[in-house]
Amino acid sequence: MHRAERSTRRKFLARALGAAAAAVLAGCNKLSATEWFPKVLELAQPLNERMAKLVGRRAMAQEFTAADLSPTFRSNGTSAPDSDAYRALAGAGFAGYRLEVGGLAATPRAFTLDELRALPSRTQITRHDCVEGWSAIAKWRGARLSAILRAVAPLANARYVVFHCADPMESDGSDLYYESIDLDDANHEQTILAYELNDAPLPVANGAPLRLRVERQLGYKHAKYVMRLELVESFAAIRGGQGGYWEDQGYQWYAGI
Amino acid sequence: MSRPASTVTASAGSHDYRRHAALVRITHWINVVALTILLMSGLGIFNAHPALYWGHSSYDGRPPLVAVDARVTGADELRGTTTIGSATFDTTGVLGASRDRDGEWSARGFPWWITIPDNLWLSMSRAWHFFFAWVLVLNGLAYLAYGLASRHFTRDVLPTRGDLAGIGASIRDHLRFRHAHGEAATRYNVLQKIAYLAIVFVILPLTVLMGLAMSPWLDGVWPGWVDLFGGRQAARTIHFACAWLIVAFVAIHVFQVIVTGLWNNLRSMISGRYRIDASAEEGPDAPR
Repeated sequence: MHRAERSTRRKFLARALGAAAAAVLAGCNKLSATEWFPKVLELAQPLNERMAKLVGRRAMAQEFTAADLSPTFRSNGTSAPDSDAYRALAGAGFAGYRLEVGGLAATPRAFTLDELRALPSRTQITRHDCVEGWSAIAKWRGARLSAILRAVAPLANARYVVFHCADPMESDGSDLYYESIDLDDANHEQTILAYELNDAPLPVANGAPLRLRVERQLGYKHAKYVMRLELVESFAAIRGGQGGYWEDQGYQWYAGI
Repeated sequence: MSRPASTVTASAGSHDYRRHAALVRITHWINVVALTILLMSGLGIFNAHPALYWGHSSYDGRPPLVAVDARVTGADELRGTTTIGSATFDTTGVLGASRDRDGEWSARGFPWWITIPDNLWLSMSRAWHFFFAWVLVLNGLAYLAYGLASRHFTRDVLPTRGDLAGIGASIRDHLRFRHAHGEAATRYNVLQKIAYLAIVFVILPLTVLMGLAMSPWLDGVWPGWVDLFGGRQAARTIHFACAWLIVAFVAIHVFQVIVTGLWNNLRSMISGRYRIDASAEEGPDAPR
């Protein structure tokens, strides 16, 4: 009789465990689709950012040698912006290109490519880490973002740089790519607006004429086809309000992890 | 006895023994939840680029170590393949191509029933993964602090000289499914101790460390540290391999829990009470 009772109890326990496992897994999917639960999960993001900045606010991304270069640097995301304005610019060899820099700046201005090339530059062989999981190594040369910002004298309340790009993310030409970083990252020594890849002018597939390299963050932060920089206090009012095209789709704004 | 006594009792030659401190029990079950979610959300992340490499980068002229692909055959059929080195296997149904929850074939690394969420949704898999990574780490730190402060590790988990001398006998006992009874069952056996030490002090910390090695930010904090493990892509491969070592550990652990008395073991990890059957004092681990 005791044996029978125990056996019943065991069967109940096994069934309860099985049902609990199935419910938990179904629950994970349901929770992912709610409004509130992803916000709970996102509570880990400020922890990630604070931890990373605590241990390495000024750390330099690892640099490599020519022997480590990837045979070809993979193009990901947009490889040829589907926009007449961009095609016209590219068709003229970017002769008419101007990088506009404004927003919360005392002396907003525009830069030609020659003016950007005349600014203090940096050359670096770095590893590009995509959020998908792959890495590739390439040599970049570009104008230091810190030098560009110095030229426009950011106002005291400026906290972020927003990168407005030329590549539409929708086939109807809307939803231009954009990204944002904070001034810590913007003034980091390795943060450049690159105009050369592997000792040649930046190809269209990799963001011509100018792309961001913010080496300590994942690939989607490295905005390509950069047209305009905007200094802002907050990006909450810009587009989806999350600070970038992929951020508006649910990706993390801090992409150092 | 249909109900466990509230205090240690001795009737019909058996008595209750209290094992597993409350903190060990709580951290154990938090770990069960965190590791399950970490595995499944991790496989969801893996599905965004289902291939593994060695070295710094994925594109250094060498083929991947492992690659999971999907291709469409002439008959408009989706086939899944897994390539390890130069050998390619058809893994349709499990790896590369499998039926989604709604029965539709789709190209995906791991199938829906082992990923969180069940569809290809990288940002959501990452959100789950990083949240429960913090749960795992904070829970693990609480467990380690308790284990060191209470001397649980040195008293119960560290093998004694006698344990190590009896390792051959313990292997033979395990192979014959002979299990400890009576007082001997109140102690961990030597293989159990080694397995616990390996998982607690080597595999789990290495998994966390290799996760941190994938962070482009943390890579630069101590220049070159990721190179000690072969580079970022090697770290990603080690992280993946460690995850499956943890799965292997759990499989053996659960098997042992079942064959040595599922209910008694489960109860001892829930309430702390473990029934000692004194009539079977002669166990393989009994003094000899």
